[in-house]
Amino acid sequence: MPDDPISEESKKRGKISSVIVRIKNGIWPFIEKGKEDLKAAQNYKKTQVWKSVFRHKLDDTPRTRSLAVLTNVFLHLHPAKINRDSVRFNFTWGMGGISFYLFFVLTITGIFLMFYYHPTKGQAFADIMYLENDVPFGGLLRNMHRWAAHAMILTVWLHMLRVFLTGSYKTPREFNWTIGVILLVLTMLLSFTGYLLPDDQLGFWAVTVGTSMARATPLLGHEGPFGPELGMTAFNDVRFALLGGSIVDANALLRAYIWHCIAIPLILSALLAVHFWRVRKDGSISGPSPVVLESEMKKKYKV
Amino acid sequence: MPKKIVKEKNKAEKWKIRRRNFTYACVFSFLGANLLMTLRFFFPRTLFEPKTSFTIGSPGDFGFGIDTRFQQKYRIWVVRNASRLFVIYARCTHLGCTPDWVQSENKFKCPCHGSGYDNEGVNFEGPAPRPMDRAKLSLNPQGQIVVDVSQLYQCSPGAPCNFDNSEAYLTV
Repeated sequence: MPDDPISEESKKRGKISSVIVRIKNGIWPFIEKGKEDLKAAQNYKKTQVWKSVFRHKLDDTPRTRSLAVLTNVFLHLHPAKINRDSVRFNFTWGMGGISFYLFFVLTITGIFLMFYYHPTKGQAFADIMYLENDVPFGGLLRNMHRWAAHAMILTVWLHMLRVFLTGSYKTPREFNWTIGVILLVLTMLLSFTGYLLPDDQLGFWAVTVGTSMARATPLLGHEGPFGPELGMTAFNDVRFALLGGSIVDANALLRAYIWHCIAIPLILSALLAVHFWRVRKDGSISGPSPVVLESEMKKKYKV
Repeated sequence: MPKKIVKEKNKAEKWKIRRRNFTYACVFSFLGANLLMTLRFFFPRTLFEPKTSFTIGSPGDFGFGIDTRFQQKYRIWVVRNASRLFVIYARCTHLGCTPDWVQSENKFKCPCHGSGYDNEGVNFEGPAPRPMDRAKLSLNPQGQIVVDVSQLYQCSPGAPCNFDNSEAYLTV
């Protein structure tokens, strides 16, 4: 009966419970989906997103170890397996790898330095002072670049010394030695051109002395033997080509900047690629005669 | 395996994991700190940019109408009418070009997309959404007008109009 209080209550209860049931039914699929998503998030390594990025599993098997190197663009020039002696520190000093690491550090710090440097006569020197004083961590960055530069010069010479002392220039590695010498010259040129960029007294006179040596080059310099005979003057010899003029001025600074930041790094990178390729193809780091552990020796068959 | 050895092993494992976690924590903190340093590097502490506050002479130097003598130097027009003197910042409110004052048509016309403003800088044609902004004005003790273009007053439709703010004009 509509006016019966008890049945009204029970009707209300019935209504409320039915509403609750309907709400539960409505949100149940969402709860289920939430539980599924939570499971998927916990098993993130089984999701397709993960599999598309990391194309190998993480279990410790020889297959996975090889795949981890072979399927990685940064590592795939590395051999998947190497001779145990190739990693002997006393043999290599790690100088080749350290040189490459320093080159990488120089590139990164160099790029950051470029954000605050204008290669013009009016601004270059002021920019370095600005970097040191008004840019947060500017001094740290500049010093990292300078230290890495000095260290790289040192390490490439030590690398060359090590290669010589271990006879790693001998057949079949003669070509790689030549590439290495060219890389050494390019490293020294990088150091020289970088030295000029702050446009301070050190840099200015360094370029003056260096290019004055250039004008004494035979055949190519206007003060060298046979130079003037070939029509070389201060306005068309190799010194002019280096400076972009007959005097050390704004053009010289810009050219040093382009050589230092773009041209020589590109050439160096290309030759580095060849250098590493050659190491791989010539049979990896040349080491002393490999040591075989008795446990690794194959048992001789009884005849 | 006897219990004691198992216990030792578990302890060793625990320390191994603690060592590993400590190392990873150090490495990632270092990388995180470096990332923050790198981001901070891109915001220098001082700048060498033109001053935003300057004087333009005394109110008596300006006659009625639009004065364009400081357009090249300071990017402003000085507008004077019977009741007020105010300074319009010469930036189109569409995308930021500098409009031209076309005396013959008594309007400002932006060459970029054709926004048109009347002789008080109020937009009436083109894509401009609101009138051109006005600069903060004050008088210095010598009676010179001081303009500050780092403080601009807007008048947007739908928002309170700031052109009647006492610092947006001078009564002369």
